[in-house]
Amino acid sequence: MRENVIEVRDLTRRFRTVTALDDVTIEAPRGVVFGLVGENGAGKTTLIKHLLGLLRAKTGSVRVFGLDPVQDPPGVLSRVGYLSEDRDLPDWMRVWELMRYTRAFYPDWDEGYAEELRKTFQLDPEAKIKELSRGQKAHAGLLVALAYRPDLLLLDEPSSGLDPVVRRDILEAIVRTVADEGRTVFFSSHLLDEVERVSDHVAMIHKGSLVLSQSLDAVKEGHRIFVLDFPEPPAEPPRLPGMLSRKGEGREWVLLCRGDPVERKRAAAALGARIVEETIPTLEEIFVARIRGSGF
Amino acid sequence: MRIRISPRDGVPIYLQIVKQVKYLVASGLLAPGDQLPTVRRLASDLLVNPNTVARAYRRLESEGVLVTRRGSGVFVSNAGSPLAGIQKKKILSERIDVLLAEARQMGITLDELVRLLRKRDKNMKKK
Repeated sequence: MRENVIEVRDLTRRFRTVTALDDVTIEAPRGVVFGLVGENGAGKTTLIKHLLGLLRAKTGSVRVFGLDPVQDPPGVLSRVGYLSEDRDLPDWMRVWELMRYTRAFYPDWDEGYAEELRKTFQLDPEAKIKELSRGQKAHAGLLVALAYRPDLLLLDEPSSGLDPVVRRDILEAIVRTVADEGRTVFFSSHLLDEVERVSDHVAMIHKGSLVLSQSLDAVKEGHRIFVLDFPEPPAEPPRLPGMLSRKGEGREWVLLCRGDPVERKRAAAALGARIVEETIPTLEEIFVARIRGSGF
Repeated sequence: MRIRISPRDGVPIYLQIVKQVKYLVASGLLAPGDQLPTVRRLASDLLVNPNTVARAYRRLESEGVLVTRRGSGVFVSNAGSPLAGIQKKKILSERIDVLLAEARQMGITLDELVRLLRKRDKNMKKK
């Protein structure tokens, strides 16, 4: 069995009256890309702050590499490459100073690789961080997160507000990291097609609660969109077990359901409907249905 | 190797890769003995998870389209040609199914469709 790089158990976090995380349990095995999705304010950053030891688990437990990030910051952080949405880099430094400064913290810093990344990202070593564009800052942040080849790459909304070229470089960094044997990526994003591209495992979080946490394959397999055709318009809008969203009128209805597709088809037949189309929804469709369509 | 991935397509990404490699082999754009990019390379190019590429390669290997030669890489199998025949038919069948379904929806009979096919074929030959 593969060891878990990240283990979060029954983690609950309240800020005054707001419950930011509600009994969250997740596991990320070594060597996977773990995608965390949720709306703004869903609790993604709060969860990541716990992984970095910036917040102490008051209820529940957090382990990274089997260690408590609050108790043993060097044991955890020396093996983590971190990039956040706000890319909080020391503004007054120049690019070369940032590189030298970061190198001092990480014995595994690979100068050759750092230099290669700097050239790929076209960063001027003399440029001041505060004068860099948004995209260049992201590149600089990515460089210092990657150059010591961390065992765990932790990215909090890395693509947020960036142009496609920089987003591509970030995705490539994710892919390359896991392509190296045994390294792990944990990243949060609201760009669901990016998550769908690169993730092995997906967790969805909504208002602090975990909606699902499964392999991407299992998530996709466990949802279907059915287009139903009725001989006559049904008296009431049709309802199937596990239904998450429903659109349509008259004879034709489109339903997104979770659960065993074979059973759902049987249920549809029992309603007298013909299934015109059966498709696997995109992660985005699943997400929207799961988050918004809980009214059934 | 021209492969395009669309996460918005309902088809799982590894199957998109499988289908497109088969298409490239069937159409002759990949010939028996041609080497494929490494898992790592293709994953970086397509920006997809390396496990997804590895899974697609495994599937293609089990279906006899690709062979792995230890230490040297992944190649289009030599048995590619007879299999390509089956593959060509399979690719065409899928397209024909779509065409048939559309024709049926429009109320066009099979005879009319066949006539239309012949007509288009003639048009194409003229050009």
